[in-house]
Amino acid sequence: MLWHLQIDPAPGQLDLAGRRIAADAAELGLPGPWTVGASRGFLIEGPLDRPSVTRAAEAVLVDPVVETYSMRGVDEFQAVASSSTVVHVLPKPGVTDPEAESALALLRDLGLAVENVRTIRTYRVEGPEASLPRLIGRVLANDAVEQAVVGPLPFDRLGQGTSYRFARVEVPILGKSDAELLDISRKGQLHFSLAEFRAVERYFEELGREPTDCELETLAQTWSEHCSHKTLRGRIEFDGRAIDNLLKQTIFGATQRMGLDWLVSVFADNAGVVRFDEDYDVCFKVETHNHPSAIDPYGGANTGLGGVIRDPMGTGLGAKPICNTDVFCVAPPDTPADSLPAGVLHPRRILKGIVAGVRDYGNRMGIPTVNGALVGHPAYLANPLVFCGTVGLIPRGMSTKSVEPGDRIVAIGGRTGRDGIHGATFSSVELTSESESISGGAVQIGNAITEKMVLDVVLQARDRGLFRSITDCGAGGFSSAVGEMGAELGAEVDLDRAPLKYEGLSYTEIWISEAQERMVLAVPPEKWAELRALCESEGVEATDLGRFVDTGRLTLKYHGEVVGDLSMHFLHDGRPAVIRKATFTPVEPKPLELPNQADYTKDLLDILGTWDVCSKEWIVRQYDHEVQARTVVKPLVGVLDDGPGDASVVLPVAGSMRGLAISCGINPRHGLIDPYAMAGCVIDEAVRNCVAVGADPDRIAILDNFCWGNTERPETLGSLVRAAEGCRDVALAYGTPFISGKDSLYNEYTHEGKSLAIPPTLLISAMGQIPDVRKCVTMDLKEAGNLLLLVGETRDELGGSHWAMVRGLEGGDVPRVDPETAPRIFRALYSAISRGLVRSCHDLSEGGLAVALAEMALAGGLGLEAGFGLDHSSSHPASLLFSESPTRFVLEVRPDAVAELRSLFEGLPIGEVGTVTDTPRLVVRHSETTLIDAPLSALKEAWQAPLRW
Amino acid sequence: MPKPRALVLRAPGTNCDEETAFAWRLAGAEAETWHIGRVLGSPDGLDSFQILTLPGGFSYGDDLGSGKILASRLGTVLGDPLRRFLDRGGLVLGICNGFQVLVKAGLLPGAAGLGHATLTFNDSGHFESRWSRLIPTPGLSPFLLDDEPIELPVAHGEGKFVLAEDDALARLESAGQVVLRYADESGRVASTYPANPNGSPGAVAGLCDPTGRVFGLMPHPERHVDPLHHPRWTRRGLDREGDGLRIFRNAVRALGA
Repeated sequence: MLWHLQIDPAPGQLDLAGRRIAADAAELGLPGPWTVGASRGFLIEGPLDRPSVTRAAEAVLVDPVVETYSMRGVDEFQAVASSSTVVHVLPKPGVTDPEAESALALLRDLGLAVENVRTIRTYRVEGPEASLPRLIGRVLANDAVEQAVVGPLPFDRLGQGTSYRFARVEVPILGKSDAELLDISRKGQLHFSLAEFRAVERYFEELGREPTDCELETLAQTWSEHCSHKTLRGRIEFDGRAIDNLLKQTIFGATQRMGLDWLVSVFADNAGVVRFDEDYDVCFKVETHNHPSAIDPYGGANTGLGGVIRDPMGTGLGAKPICNTDVFCVAPPDTPADSLPAGVLHPRRILKGIVAGVRDYGNRMGIPTVNGALVGHPAYLANPLVFCGTVGLIPRGMSTKSVEPGDRIVAIGGRTGRDGIHGATFSSVELTSESESISGGAVQIGNAITEKMVLDVVLQARDRGLFRSITDCGAGGFSSAVGEMGAELGAEVDLDRAPLKYEGLSYTEIWISEAQERMVLAVPPEKWAELRALCESEGVEATDLGRFVDTGRLTLKYHGEVVGDLSMHFLHDGRPAVIRKATFTPVEPKPLELPNQADYTKDLLDILGTWDVCSKEWIVRQYDHEVQARTVVKPLVGVLDDGPGDASVVLPVAGSMRGLAISCGINPRHGLIDPYAMAGCVIDEAVRNCVAVGADPDRIAILDNFCWGNTERPETLGSLVRAAEGCRDVALAYGTPFISGKDSLYNEYTHEGKSLAIPPTLLISAMGQIPDVRKCVTMDLKEAGNLLLLVGETRDELGGSHWAMVRGLEGGDVPRVDPETAPRIFRALYSAISRGLVRSCHDLSEGGLAVALAEMALAGGLGLEAGFGLDHSSSHPASLLFSESPTRFVLEVRPDAVAELRSLFEGLPIGEVGTVTDTPRLVVRHSETTLIDAPLSALKEAWQAPLRW
Repeated sequence: MPKPRALVLRAPGTNCDEETAFAWRLAGAEAETWHIGRVLGSPDGLDSFQILTLPGGFSYGDDLGSGKILASRLGTVLGDPLRRFLDRGGLVLGICNGFQVLVKAGLLPGAAGLGHATLTFNDSGHFESRWSRLIPTPGLSPFLLDDEPIELPVAHGEGKFVLAEDDALARLESAGQVVLRYADESGRVASTYPANPNGSPGAVAGLCDPTGRVFGLMPHPERHVDPLHHPRWTRRGLDREGDGLRIFRNAVRALGA
């Protein structure tokens, strides 16, 4: 018997969900008006009578203070009368439904004979009927993971999935033509190139047999761009010059050449590891989850964060995650709804979804999300970028791992389902307007509590020495995790032992599923019983899947029958090298026509209201940025806790004053003009954000995340080569090592033959160390009467600037770092902050000096008067105010500390630029002309209005 | 006098257990963290503690409503040991999700004839972190000994305290059980957002039971035990102790340590 329990807000309670839906519909420009009533509920199946369902409702499912409920048995489903249209939305069969799982467990605890539960949302909708399908598709449901039913519920039971009947599947490839092979690759979503598929064919020809489906999937996943980074590690012919392994020659190479003694494990494990103090190391990893987030923003971002949290957990013998970061690139959220190409979600919906996805995973894991950024650019319309990062803390000596023959292959955590099949190969191709329908299975659904439980177990097991190696199941699932762990040895896996969410999975689906919240451990046989008991005590499922063996082979079995048998050597080294062509043509320099105007107040207000610059408070406050009680410089700072801090600072070790500053740099607008210069500037931005709060510039480690378009196009790859070279040169000049990184290529969207690519996007994330956090400074102005000093040289670098953007101007020089002077400025500033000479400090980035001054004033609730003397008379006011030259800071200094401060900057560019006042106005003059004059309230309103959602 | 022993109870999804145990130690208690399985497996284990803490987090994912599942599990197994614990003068502190558990389990408000109470979704409709100013009302609860305003962060999506019966809030207030209220900058009880972050009628931020010994609050005292925790320490300096530490100290003192 199937029951529908519908739960509504009690009379007098707000219908928050209904209101939100109606507001979302209006925001997306759907013809309205809409009135929406929203109910939550459950479908409950089992031999239950009405009193039992009543008991279930009243005991656990309904909050009687604020909710009412009604219930219907399956025979009453048709009889529901409503004057409005009724729309039910429920997860598709097989989609993870954590709340339903909890309900099932608890109802069984109560002794109720419940067989199955699914959550359901029910909407009563009034509005223009013609737009109902769009309301459903754009607001009420996400077709990738949910089904919507209009009218009475049409089913009489919940789908259970059908059971699987084993049959070993061979895929005939021997002797096939090129066209046939490519067809097999495309239909199977294997995404082999022809050369790769021919190599596979030759391998099996030598073996004298056809491959199984499972073997092809294993090879496709291991050789995918996502897992092997074959483009950047392959051979690139760049305008007549051959580059073997671009990453090795630029990013890794730079780190190696520095020979720093505080690096512990770089580019070797799931996250890069550096030494923190006598007792601990820290590690950091940033990943992207772009393609899934384009299709299902909530689920994509949710599992994006869930996935990167598992990287530190799977680094060395397991690190404890201590903070998260998130950076989003989306099209401007005010993009007109009718301008969207087919299959593309509105950027406002995407942004709301990804923020909610990060929020719900990070908050539930109990990891503070402390740093982030938002970039708005039209070219992210079909390819939003979602970067999530996690910092972990690991005791020294635990940053390395090993696998010994005979070790058990143990999977712990979530069960395996059909979620995320083909995620690895899906991330390695372009999106099309059909991606949503063909790749829906590539969307994974997260359950943060399962991962938290896994974390609790992993740290205890680590400290008890119960395993020798650990890695996470990310893209490629078991295939990737076991394939990598056993690469040097060999592995035998019994796929039938994997615990499943539901029946019906084939052996191949089990092997490549990207179901979330799973880790794989190499467990010495004598420790297995203790590990199993520990997992049991915490309610975590642990399964012995097989063992690592000294055979050099990956052998997969299903109920004893071999369904895959590959040489590890061929799997990991058999892929033919990718050879790509790259070319780069610099953008023709073009002067930027500077206007002749006196007043720049409106320009400043416009820049404060851009998506990149505006207040992110709406996002930041949805994240718990203080859980674990270690966040000592918050993301929002100032007299009202609403100013934009440069970097957050956390205390990794309770009781110690040694801190970590976390920051980032990103600027695709510069990337469009000069990717080499952009790379230097975003490294500079990440470093200067860290230094601005007090980090030691000689203890900053950075990560790269390259997100580019389709690098099979030579000019796209050429711009990436230039960016990587920029990374190398500036990292070396600064002595700032890269410790880990990731690339996401193919961020393009094709619709009706037209292609839309993202701008070259490089995110640099930085982790800087602070010997004593009590020396940290924040960016909010502190006291009237203090002096403001500008550090760093301002050049006419308005190309790609925010000022040029809001004015609609093109051309101009992009900012470039001065590799000689910049590190000296960083060290001088560090010394000044360490000596307590700086009351506040803010870095200059988008919008230049004018924006930095405005932000300092509105964060501190104090005014300021700034001016440029005669020595600046040759520069144009627009450059003085808005140039985005790197390595610049504004410092607030007490008058009696100025002389000592200046002595630290001997020979470096520094000058007085203004004073702090207690009049709430920002006034900037150039000689006799007033360039900007605005009350703080106007600045703050312009800055806060865009994301006041 | 031996140090009082504080039990920090951890369930799947609990995520503030470490800093809560740290706060107890800082305040002079001995703290142990136990997994719910260990407590349910040996309910008499509670007998060796003087303080029970339900820390913040998302116990069981807050599926079915915040704190609901843990409340249900505690209610079915721990009823008798918990009554014994309270009868011999034990203190119970529920923070954020722990407060939600205490309310859903009926331990708070804990007075007869009030009808049901709950903590439900914030008026804003979503999870929110921010610092709040709070006015304690001393008298009934050993956790709060003066009316000096304190500042603590809140971080929750379901913190709006609602009672089923219309006059129940007035009765709770007159019984002195509403011991912590949200306040604005000038120290007045706050009915409007953002000073009242969730829309709780009566600005209820924390409650105790009629004995005063069971205390639950939405704000996080364990996140303000050091002056560095304060969001404006770079403006006001580091010479003041964290406000949250007082709550833990008061409890330790009340137990005679």
